[in-house]
Amino acid sequence: MNSGSKLTRFFKRFYLALILIFLYIPIIVLIIQSFNAGKSRAKWEGFSLHWYGELFRSASIMNSLEVTLLVAVLAMIVSTVLGTLAAIGIYSMKKRPQSLMMTLTNLPNTMPDIVTGISLMLLFIFTRVDRGFWTMLLAHITFDTPYVILSVMPKLKQMNKHTYEAALDLGATPSYALWHVLIPECKQGIITGAMLAFTLSLDDFTISYFTTSPLVQNLSTLIYSAARRGIEPTLNALSALMFVALLALLLVVNKRTSEN
Amino acid sequence: MRYDMQLPWWAWLLMGTALVLFILMVVISVRRNHGVKRSLFASPYTLWMLLFTIVPVILIGYYAFTGTDGTFTLDNFRNFWDSNFDMKKLVGEEYASTIPRGTVNVDTLTYSLWMAFLCTALSLLLGYPAALFMADRNMKLGSSLVVLFIIPMWMNFLLRTIAWMSLLEDNGLINSLLRSIGLEGVQLMYNSGAVLLGMVYNFLPFMVFPIYTSLSKQDINLSEAAADLGCSPMQALMKVTIPLSLPGVISGITMVFMPSVTTFFIPRVLGGGNTMMFGDLIESKFLTEGNWNVGSALSLIMMVLILISLSILRKADPNGEGGGIV
Repeated sequence: MNSGSKLTRFFKRFYLALILIFLYIPIIVLIIQSFNAGKSRAKWEGFSLHWYGELFRSASIMNSLEVTLLVAVLAMIVSTVLGTLAAIGIYSMKKRPQSLMMTLTNLPNTMPDIVTGISLMLLFIFTRVDRGFWTMLLAHITFDTPYVILSVMPKLKQMNKHTYEAALDLGATPSYALWHVLIPECKQGIITGAMLAFTLSLDDFTISYFTTSPLVQNLSTLIYSAARRGIEPTLNALSALMFVALLALLLVVNKRTSEN
Repeated sequence: MRYDMQLPWWAWLLMGTALVLFILMVVISVRRNHGVKRSLFASPYTLWMLLFTIVPVILIGYYAFTGTDGTFTLDNFRNFWDSNFDMKKLVGEEYASTIPRGTVNVDTLTYSLWMAFLCTALSLLLGYPAALFMADRNMKLGSSLVVLFIIPMWMNFLLRTIAWMSLLEDNGLINSLLRSIGLEGVQLMYNSGAVLLGMVYNFLPFMVFPIYTSLSKQDINLSEAAADLGCSPMQALMKVTIPLSLPGVISGITMVFMPSVTTFFIPRVLGGGNTMMFGDLIESKFLTEGNWNVGSALSLIMMVLILISLSILRKADPNGEGGGIV
């Protein structure tokens, strides 16, 4: 690809800038609105931090924040353990069962979220389990785990498979070889999988919507039920804060990796 | 209160037994020095998937093929084809012919497919050049731009979609802007255009990432060789770069098309009540009407449609080279 003259170069940058503006406009609007003194979405009534103060006083938002973070952290931990074990297990299977298991792992990806959510809802109703925090957690673990497997699996396949055997020949017990050879080899995949699980669970709406009761809401379902009445600017303030927090996290991670 | 676990006794029993069995198995397999069956490590996951993926899907199938009394029937699918089917059954055969076929369900499905097609086409049209320019090595942009494309996805997608409302509303930013320069305001919300905008906005990154990945993996020597052999930049693009990036395009199409057919939040917010999509229809069958049987039949139809389109797309990219997001 030849970038050619200055004009085409300018055109390419201009085009990318336009696309990025398209992606960022609603976010900028949302952050500006969170500083608006008035409640109206359209009129600017002066700068204020009123909604940020209001945010920490709102019991429903604080509750749903707690639920969201708790579900995301717990689902991340369980699905990372479950998924890493499964990846190691699937990796050491024979060809036929291996491909069967990979099909099973890819199945949730090919199912639309709404069907996953509804099928789980049917399961909970059918077995007479009351929907709430724990059913939401179960659902999140269910959709997170395949992503962990799909991030760990490539690392296992890239690994030199004689390393593990060499460790055994040199006198390592299988459990020692597991902890000191296999797990370190796919550490990067495990971390990617865990982060993927965390963000997916943090952002999920559809599956949570069908697997929880109106009494236990995460941020997404809270926003959904609020959307009908018109969004409170407090929710804008909250998402602006979360956005900045994630951005800061990214910068820290970036700095650490570049130092290494 | 909120964290109370209200499970029936047999669920506790099942979970307890599974946990004990698994711990026993791991202990035994680690204790034994040789011939450790590591493939057993996958068993908790297998069990989990059976319980929480396979059984639920079977349940959907069960409800789709049974009536409210639990006996086998195909009425739910007849109901999909003709939404007046229940009414016709009620009034008896004599008057049934006077009631026209209710086309709501089929119309909603075709509308959803059409919207999803438009959304995919628009995303491809907007996203391909973006991916191409990002992957351009002379521009030295690459990875930092990828991050810029990912960052917006961290903000809750419902809030981002709602933020579009304040731009598009009758008294919103765009209309105020139009009025301030002396033009008439335009009705921007509550139509298919607004829904399409919301969909493209939400799913565009899913088109850009896989295409970018497959373009940046491409050997730069290939297009240079094409240029050396006399291709114009345009010819090199059409004959070398684009065909080689097809796996990425296929994977992008899959990742945009699937969520667009099934979305139910975007049409509800930006389309008002005017633009019912198939996801909405399924949701309202379950939660508003409480008609699980017809709802399950609709879900099953959607799953089958998606499986068909996936297998068609997979034919075009048999090795699955397109990969995922990263």
